[in-house]
Amino acid sequence: MTPEDLHERVPHREKHRHIELGFLQPDLNTSKIVLVGNPNVGKSLVFNALSGLYVDVSNFPGTTVEVECGKYKGFELYDTPGIYGVSSFNDEERVARDIILTADIVLNVVDGTHLERDLFLTQQLIDMGKKVTVLVNFMDEVEKHRIDIDLERLRHFLGVEVFPITAVKGIDPRAIDAAIGAAREGTQRRELHSRLHSMLSMVGSQGEALLVFEGDEIVAERHGVPPGTKREESYVDRRNRVNYIVNQVLRDVHPHNRFSELLGRWSVNPITGVPLLLAVLYLAYLFVGKFVAQDVVGFTEGEIGKNVWEPWIRELVGLVVPGPSWLGSLLIGEFGVITMTTTYLFFLLLPLVAAFYIALSILEDSGYLPRLATMVDRTLGYLGLNGRAVIPLILGFGCVTSATITTRLLGTEREKTIATAILQFAIPCSAQLAVIAALLAGAGFTVMLVYTVVIVAVLITIGTVLNRMLKGSPEPLLLDLPPLRLPKMGNVLRKTYIRAFQFMKEATVWFFIGALAVGVADVTGALRFLQNALVPLTTQWLQLPPEAATAFIMGVVRRDFGAAGLYQMSLEPFQILVALITITLFVPCIASLMVMMKERGLKEGFVIWVGTWIVAFFVGGAVSQILM
Amino acid sequence: MNHAAGELMTDKNVIPLIEARMGQSLRIHSLPRGKIRAYFIRLGISEGDSAVCHERLPGGTVVLKKNRQEIAVGHKLAGEILVIVTEKGRAA
Repeated sequence: MTPEDLHERVPHREKHRHIELGFLQPDLNTSKIVLVGNPNVGKSLVFNALSGLYVDVSNFPGTTVEVECGKYKGFELYDTPGIYGVSSFNDEERVARDIILTADIVLNVVDGTHLERDLFLTQQLIDMGKKVTVLVNFMDEVEKHRIDIDLERLRHFLGVEVFPITAVKGIDPRAIDAAIGAAREGTQRRELHSRLHSMLSMVGSQGEALLVFEGDEIVAERHGVPPGTKREESYVDRRNRVNYIVNQVLRDVHPHNRFSELLGRWSVNPITGVPLLLAVLYLAYLFVGKFVAQDVVGFTEGEIGKNVWEPWIRELVGLVVPGPSWLGSLLIGEFGVITMTTTYLFFLLLPLVAAFYIALSILEDSGYLPRLATMVDRTLGYLGLNGRAVIPLILGFGCVTSATITTRLLGTEREKTIATAILQFAIPCSAQLAVIAALLAGAGFTVMLVYTVVIVAVLITIGTVLNRMLKGSPEPLLLDLPPLRLPKMGNVLRKTYIRAFQFMKEATVWFFIGALAVGVADVTGALRFLQNALVPLTTQWLQLPPEAATAFIMGVVRRDFGAAGLYQMSLEPFQILVALITITLFVPCIASLMVMMKERGLKEGFVIWVGTWIVAFFVGGAVSQILM
Repeated sequence: MNHAAGELMTDKNVIPLIEARMGQSLRIHSLPRGKIRAYFIRLGISEGDSAVCHERLPGGTVVLKKNRQEIAVGHKLAGEILVIVTEKGRAA
């Protein structure tokens, strides 16, 4: 099967297209295969098997927001975000819809254990008049659960070819070729079909006709026609048909009470879910916070970075640029762009970020996160957030920068703003946490307790205040809970590699710019001037030693620089408390500030940034004035 | 709506989903209009369908279960959905 064969089989191409999508410019010489399916049905694994390219596979409904494109035997191959239906309800759907509209062939991946849910989309694709082949995935689980799917009858009812697959165990390329070759239009309800055909002169393709008929405002606007009002009727008809098909093809479904179902249940209910969450966090802490942050980083930063890399590069650069010169101190001095920044980036941050992504990918692929989101939904509602916001908030303890990017998965701008603000104000990142924990451990239990209470109070206050200030209310929670599954390590590692690579790509530039800025400030004396300017605030209001000002200035570049600066000073326990509160609430690091401005816009980013200065010094000072 | 034949429809039988208890078998009486309803239909739940109250969390979040499908419904939404208890069920 080649694209040429397809052209012979498909003499009539849709002539009337209105979609202008940059990277999706219709290329009339190449046929497009598009993978479509509900979230977590293993679509991305099929895509990887076909294209050799990797895309994110995740268990949290709707996280594959970006589209991946590859080649397969002369076809253009597209992966789409997981969707439950084709329309314009959210960003994922809008992206998927437009790719589907331009598709020549749709490979529809469905979860064999969730046919009732998945076939709604299948039938909608068929109703769109698309050439479809259905790949029924998770056949291993189907057998394990003793679900009996009559594939022959399913073919008969849908009118398209149906192939059973188990994507995690590999996909036979011959089956894929057969699937592509067999793609055809399926059985459509006659009345709907003739109705859509009567609309063709206005909208061009049957797919677009269906979307307009079902009230898709965007597609309707593209063609200058009013959106239809029959969405609900059409959906109910389709749902009834799907239920009928499922009743005909599914037999002997044995109810199961497997361990994973029980665990899934435990993870949702707070009585069992909170201890389970604590256990999960403790395991993550053991791996990220203890093993990687201490043992691995101790070796990479302490040994490779400080003892091998820095002396070597210092000597090498020293041959050309004398160390004591201004250029020397910029490059290889205390804040040297080549020495310090490289060590921090590659020997400290990279292992930490990679470890964090491993932990996160395991959580995602296991299907735990939607359940956690369900458990905390009510609580986060008080902060104006939907349960889903728990993902970026937890991520923030690893790295606020990457967590800020994850706020994209929230449904409304309002929730993105609140989550971003909470992250930037009150969540200490892993780099900072290590130093904070060490300082707190030395200061005693009372200090630790007061510190935690103050930070949590600030977090709650920010959420509550923003919730009152910003118009609207949190998006109601309506979440499909995927079954708990054991993550595939290969997938976790591939995902970690991609994410860590992307993170480094994004952060590296800003680290160098930040280090350069501080270096220049140091060389020109601006750093000293700023430190002196901050001294009254530091000594009188916060009642800390004057050198603490340096720590705050360093905190602008990187939060843990600031915390580490405090580590070297001799402070009273209550001074430690005040200093840590201030530095935790203090401005986010440069990388995180840049990402925030990119995600939330210059104005909002700047307001949050200035806000952190005010809140940090105000709260820190207030605690100091009350206690000392 | 395709309710089972002969089912007595009195106001007393109809309760908001938020008041359902764990383990109860339910029939969906009415869903909010608009997109939310479309979401439910796509996921496999429409008016007249049966589902089980799989979990009822303190605060009102409900997990509905229909066959293998589990759907978490936030407390606000659970207050807007009307259901009929068809079987008292046992607390699982």
